[in-house]
Amino acid sequence: MLDFTYHRPASVADAAKIVGEIEDAKLMAGGMTLIPTMKQRLASPSDIVDLGRIPELKGIRRDGADLVIGAMTRHADVASSALVREAIPALASLAGQIGDPAVRHRGTIGGSISNADPAADYPAGVVGLDAVVETNQRQIAADDFFTGLFDTALEPGEIVTGVRFRAPDAANYQKLRHPASGYAVVGVMVARFGSNIRVAITGAGPSVFRAMEMEAALSAKFAVESLAGVSIDAADLLSDMHASADYRAHVVGVLAKRAVAAIS
Amino acid sequence: MNVTLTVNGQAISRDVEPRMLLAEFLRDELRLTGTHVGCDTTQCGCCIVHLDGEAVKSCTLFAVQADGSKVTTIEGLAGTDGALHPVQAAFREHHGLQCGFCTPGMVMMGADIVRRIPGADDETVRHELEGNICRCTGYQGIVEAIVDAAAQARS
Ligand SMILES: Cc1cc2nc3c(=O)[nH]c(=O)nc-3n(C[C@H](O)[C@H](O)[C@H](O)COP(=O)(O)OP(=O)(O)OC[C@H]3O[C@@H](n4cnc5c(N)ncnc54)[C@H](O)[C@@H]3O)c2cc1C
Ligand code: FES
Ligand code: FES
Repeated sequence: MLDFTYHRPASVADAAKIVGEIEDAKLMAGGMTLIPTMKQRLASPSDIVDLGRIPELKGIRRDGADLVIGAMTRHADVASSALVREAIPALASLAGQIGDPAVRHRGTIGGSISNADPAADYPAGVVGLDAVVETNQRQIAADDFFTGLFDTALEPGEIVTGVRFRAPDAANYQKLRHPASGYAVVGVMVARFGSNIRVAITGAGPSVFRAMEMEAALSAKFAVESLAGVSIDAADLLSDMHASADYRAHVVGVLAKRAVAAIS
Repeated sequence: MNVTLTVNGQAISRDVEPRMLLAEFLRDELRLTGTHVGCDTTQCGCCIVHLDGEAVKSCTLFAVQADGSKVTTIEGLAGTDGALHPVQAAFREHHGLQCGFCTPGMVMMGADIVRRIPGADDETVRHELEGNICRCTGYQGIVEAIVDAAAQARS
């Protein structure tokens, strides 16, 4: 790994200043993706800006009816949070299924969504639960945040400060876990907000996406039967050494039905 | 860059390159070679230590990130009087090791599991060990040891 200059700002403003001034600087959350990437020299930033000591980025708080999770909140904290377990148990469950306990002690929600790995779990949670990504510059609706493979709407140097969730009436996350890495071969979040149903799918495509036909069928009648005959087009899905696109399309259907069954 | 931290109860201060991993710091700077590096890709768990009381993979953490923290390695898990930690004792009792390469990480993760989930059952322990690999595949004894220590922690 090539050496770099290490910065440890105490505020978001200071962090923004450094990434604004140094073109090649990279933000670091828990380093759970960044450090492995640097070991492989797929990234060799001149400067690292560690967000780990910025108190304003940590923690989970209620704001009216919303739940705001700070960008540096770790998966283990979301999984064990009494607030999250009460308001959105499906989100706590999702966080508890990420990787392994040591990864959950370092990996963060802000790092996960900024990285936008196609097989990451949080994107399904953020899109399925219709969350809003808050940055040091603006608010971005989940539907507009994930723009493609490892790609987001974030501008260079823009810092995610938190994610704002509203509690659904019910939600459930189902995942087919890759047995070695833990990442989602397919993950499906189904959320019910009154008669409005959202179905977000991760792992299957180049980026998280919503299954619009499933949403329409479930909005008409929220029941497992409604999904009979609704399929996902495999042409848009990933084929790799882990699973074919056809298999992924099939698993999406199975997991969506399980999620609906769990909350209907 | 200077790092000042507490390792196994001892205050340590060193100048390091920012790119130095905590695993390298422990092994090469402090000669605490009980912490093993099995994969260097965050998968095997052989390098697990406790950072401020929580299990983390020291191959995926820069030493500078641990500045100001308390680190416990396998060398510091037993009591100062030499009394084994209950997870260490249970590994001996249940034959939880074969070649021993994965053992430091397994024991450190086991201690973390027992702390978080007293009374953890077989299925829970297997799930919690998803980030630890035993190349000798001696999981049966490892799981039995941690389940036993977890049962003791509840009673
Ligand atoms: C062994 C292993 C297993 C894993 N299994 C899973 C799994 O099952 N499911 C899953 O979803 N994930 C999994 N992960 C990923 C893990 O969940 C981490 O959340 C993810 O790697 C991001 O790590 P991090 O939060 O430490 O961010 P970092 O690695 O520090 O950063 C990731 C990227 O995001 C940028 N970034 C970080 N924070 C911000 C911010 N606030 N604003 C803007 N940009 C930012 C960084 O510049 C970097 O480019 C796994 C990782 C490992 C190592
Ligand atoms: S050496 Fe750190 S996880 Fe394998
Ligand atoms: S005892 Fe040999 S690797 Fe686990």
